[in-house]
Amino acid sequence: MIEIKEASEVIEARDIKELKTVTIVGSNKSPIRNKRPKFEGWRETIAGYIFLAPMLIGTTTLVIIPILATIFLSFTDWNFITGIGDFNFIGMENFRTLFNDEIFIKSLINNFILLLVVPFGLLVSLILAVVINNHVYFKDFFKVIYFMPYISSVVAIAIVFQVLFHPTFGPVNQLLMSLGVESPPGWIADISYALPSVMIILIWTNIGFQLIIYLAGLQNIPKELYEAAEMDGASSWYKFRKITVPLVSPTTFFLLVTGFISTFKVFDLIIVLTNGGPANSTSVPVFYLYQEAFVELKTGYSSAIALILLVLVLLITFLQWTVQKKWVNY
Amino acid sequence: MEHVRNIDIRKLIITVIMAVCGIVFISPFIWMISASFKLEEDVLSFPIDWIPNTWNAITNYSEVWFGEKPFLLYYWNSIKVTVLTTLTSVTVSSLAAYAFAKIKFKGRDIIFLIVLATYMIPSQSLLVPQFLFYSWVDLFDSHLGLILLNSFSVFGTFMLRQFFLGINNEIIESAKIDGAGHFRTFFHIALPLVRPAIATYAILRFIWTWNDYQTPLIFLRSESLYTLQLGIAQFADVHGSIYSLMMAASVSAIIPLLIVFMLGQKQVIDGIQLGGVKG
Repeated sequence: MIEIKEASEVIEARDIKELKTVTIVGSNKSPIRNKRPKFEGWRETIAGYIFLAPMLIGTTTLVIIPILATIFLSFTDWNFITGIGDFNFIGMENFRTLFNDEIFIKSLINNFILLLVVPFGLLVSLILAVVINNHVYFKDFFKVIYFMPYISSVVAIAIVFQVLFHPTFGPVNQLLMSLGVESPPGWIADISYALPSVMIILIWTNIGFQLIIYLAGLQNIPKELYEAAEMDGASSWYKFRKITVPLVSPTTFFLLVTGFISTFKVFDLIIVLTNGGPANSTSVPVFYLYQEAFVELKTGYSSAIALILLVLVLLITFLQWTVQKKWVNY
Repeated sequence: MEHVRNIDIRKLIITVIMAVCGIVFISPFIWMISASFKLEEDVLSFPIDWIPNTWNAITNYSEVWFGEKPFLLYYWNSIKVTVLTTLTSVTVSSLAAYAFAKIKFKGRDIIFLIVLATYMIPSQSLLVPQFLFYSWVDLFDSHLGLILLNSFSVFGTFMLRQFFLGINNEIIESAKIDGAGHFRTFFHIALPLVRPAIATYAILRFIWTWNDYQTPLIFLRSESLYTLQLGIAQFADVHGSIYSLMMAASVSAIIPLLIVFMLGQKQVIDGIQLGGVKG
């Protein structure tokens, strides 16, 4: 150890960076530069892979191989019942069937309607974020309040809203009737209101997340801009439109993209709240995938849905890359 | 003087308005808690009695906890799965994050890109092959299988990597010069330096695992292994018409998490702001 200390004293601080590949190790008494790098690089490689091993093994067996298997299975007619080995390649047949499958088309359309949740939620969240950021006391208290639905169990939330939205006895409709609404909607029991009900709950649960991200985004806007605008006598509305909205546009863009992607993964809420019903009015591709895979046991067919889901998410991500530069404008 | 006071009053009024909005916003929770304390026949009475007329809390909760469904067992299962998942995930992610940030080796950047790319894959696209694989290797219907499914988080790895990158290289290098290998550097120097980030990730992973319904629904079959979320959903199927009990069950599912959130409120919010995305 002593020798090493001495050796290190010789080296000036600014040399340390160069030393990366020639570090003096353990019992080595004569630290001659340039003679060790090969061995050292090798040691680093081993250390690197040991550190990475658990992650690599896990990701390979539980993500990479499964996604390849999904792609493979989506071109077969296999199902759980027939057992291993008993399947045929049927090319694009699954996909052709899917796009003639009314329930699947309905699910896709439902999911595209669900996308509306994101801009609505963002508008509410941004307004709340601006108000909470500048105009209230006890900021942290409000953050906690609005964040509560986001961290709550979706199963519990779904159960609570089943009762709240009950067509005859539910508190929501009792309130509406007491306010003079003659025939309030049947909410999750009504074909035309079930999807909007799901959307209301989705907006409600996501506001907390979007609000928190917006609050972070607002911190990055220089105070001087608002001060300068105030000097010129600008109104709050003007400042909001001309300073806040453009300057948080990167945050908006980020939330829009992650929001769109997450609406393609809404499963827990739908299966507990409506189970896709009534009459498939709240079915979405992930839900239909689950039905086909684990209830109908059509492995190949459900894999085709899984592949379409993946492609949709990838499409949104690629769109993000291409649009990003144009969107973010100050 | 006058000017300052005016602003304060305005701010005060807005705070009050916002507080009212906030109460309306969380009224489903308040209603849930209130209903869980009521007699069944009072639950749907209107106008709503936010404070129950007749308290029936003890009967409701003991019916949920010690009734025909083994709620205590569901609780225990959830605690077990959540704690073990969080521990494994934090370990796996921090090791990988350190390697990506502080060890230089061949293939590192390409592996990082591949791992990052898997982040885009929706978990539902993997369910069928994961299910098949689990049946073959006998991990289906086991807690171990459940824990493993949520233990390899790209989100955690990416987030912790950002923090490890923030550690000055000279600290790592001087540790090496003192003869420390990567393991010692990792445990004694790097890990303590990113402790706040680890706490944040651990809390987030805890919340996500506790609330997870999809994974146990698909990968568990035996009722004795059910987690709380599965148990509650089943409870709701059986007692679907007894709202006071359903609300007591929902409260039981949400409360532990609210406590974790209140305790780690700052970490959770900072972590969400930092990582942005749920994974």
